[in-house]
Amino acid sequence: MRILDMGDAAFSVEFGDAIDPALQARVNALDVAIEHARSAGQLDGVIETVPTFRSLTVIYDPLQTRRASLEAALRDLIAAADHAPASDGRHWRLPACYGDAFGPDLADVAAATDLTPEAVINAHSTTEYVVYMLGFLPGFPFMGDVPAALQLPRRREPRLRVPPGSIAIATGLTAIYPWESPGGWHLLGRCPVPLFDATREAPALLAAGDRVRFTPVSADEFDRLDAELKAGQLDPQQWCTPVGALA
Amino acid sequence: MSALEIRSPGALASIQDVGRRGWRRIGVPWAGALAPQLLRIANTLAGNDVLAPAIECFDGGQQFVARDGAVRLAVAGDAQLEHLTADGKRSLVAWRSLTLADGETLRVVTTGAGRLAVVAVFGLDRPRVLGSAATYARAALGGLDGRALQAGDRLNVIEPAPAPEQHLRQPPTPDAGPIRVVLGPQADHFAPASLDAFLSAPFEITAEADRMGVRLAGEPLVHRDAAAREIVSDAAVPGAIQVPGNGLPIVLLADGHTAGGYPKIATVITADLVRLAERKPGEQIRFVAVSVAEAEDLARAAEHSLQASLGDIVPLAGDGVIDLDALYTCNLLSGIIDGREDDGDTA
Repeated sequence: MRILDMGDAAFSVEFGDAIDPALQARVNALDVAIEHARSAGQLDGVIETVPTFRSLTVIYDPLQTRRASLEAALRDLIAAADHAPASDGRHWRLPACYGDAFGPDLADVAAATDLTPEAVINAHSTTEYVVYMLGFLPGFPFMGDVPAALQLPRRREPRLRVPPGSIAIATGLTAIYPWESPGGWHLLGRCPVPLFDATREAPALLAAGDRVRFTPVSADEFDRLDAELKAGQLDPQQWCTPVGALA
Repeated sequence: MSALEIRSPGALASIQDVGRRGWRRIGVPWAGALAPQLLRIANTLAGNDVLAPAIECFDGGQQFVARDGAVRLAVAGDAQLEHLTADGKRSLVAWRSLTLADGETLRVVTTGAGRLAVVAVFGLDRPRVLGSAATYARAALGGLDGRALQAGDRLNVIEPAPAPEQHLRQPPTPDAGPIRVVLGPQADHFAPASLDAFLSAPFEITAEADRMGVRLAGEPLVHRDAAAREIVSDAAVPGAIQVPGNGLPIVLLADGHTAGGYPKIATVITADLVRLAERKPGEQIRFVAVSVAEAEDLARAAEHSLQASLGDIVPLAGDGVIDLDALYTCNLLSGIIDGREDDGDTA
């Protein structure tokens, strides 16, 4: 563990530099411990924390507190996080329409990995992914790990416009783009379920620690789900299985 | 109820407050005014709550028209203004409030030394989205329909009771010194000679400079080795200076990504972030390193001088006509305006 400087209003508690569920468990343990301390009226001046794959960033108001005093106050919480067990997130089975216009890179990925498009879809949709962190864009989930057979570097030419809902892979990670954005990942398909809605109590659909699997659906089924979701006739929670309810 | 019509948004204008806190963990940046100091001064001049939403303007060209009654505005930032009335136009300096009668126009002609001006509007209120009215266009949050202002937009405001206009007697003076940074979090990803070059060589502000960040040009920085060009993504904060594989730094600002996979060589300190955001394309900057504790002291000193400025806001003498004192003060500071030049146009 080391503490990295991030200016006069933040610092990062770094537990390692790999993508590893054990590191994520320590990050989340410290995150939860800081949240508890703040609820108990401690750690004045902390504005928010940002959990990532391997580090927890603590953002503070330099007018209210100082790095040195926060670091001292966090010492015991950081030590305790070193022995954290992995936490159980929610389980999601999200619909995915693979290929054609929704997955313009499916054929290229198949060619680059020496698989058929069907085998790519099968490998991607039969793997359970962990949500490591949210970031880059509101609600954007960094999920892993993609099966070794599908792991490719990012595209050499990033796209200027990746459509919202795009399901993409790069290196050992997979993601769903909540917004239209530039992007360098390979697009395999599209998910109709909105990942971010500012009017929901929890605006991001997914949370770090959640588990996600994709269920292939036809283009017709995608259109039906998309229309019903946009009309407010479907609740995205229907794709969530409460912990403990799995067979 | 009167309304402010945006006749022209100029280069870029959007509604901002101090931004939304607490949502970076789900990828939502703070957004908010790039120059919160200007937001607080403008709101105080306008008679608003100091943290009320206001209009952030880039580079001038903005035109605002009062509709269905009077509208009180206030402008903070080094900007040249024109007040268009039925009788003609008059030039004004910023750092003051101004009440437009129905149908009158305020033009932000150009900004001076910096790119930013904040126009506060008396009684402007916008719905809070995730705790803030700040516009974050990429996710369509806040502001007006989640986007930057466009010609023809109308904002409903409260019609002001007659009151003396306010001004800031001694506007803050620009600081020409280097931009101060705290090295890290990934300074160790760079060759030692390159770290020295980062703190000694000049960098130029490119045209790719907006609310998300500022791309710099200059002698490319060199990563320690090929593996050091990327990191496993971690969090980024406003002020973070990320260096992608091409070696050219990008300073992240209020709308910048919350996480990223490029190493970050340093972080611009809170007190100097606005000084960077204000710089115009083509200008050169240099960086100098300070410690975390020094940077915290500088943040407190900056807040102290802002409080002094807020306390220096007083009723404007000779309300309703050009304030020659303020004009000459600005003239001395910026050397841009000749106070006599506009007499012919003065109503």
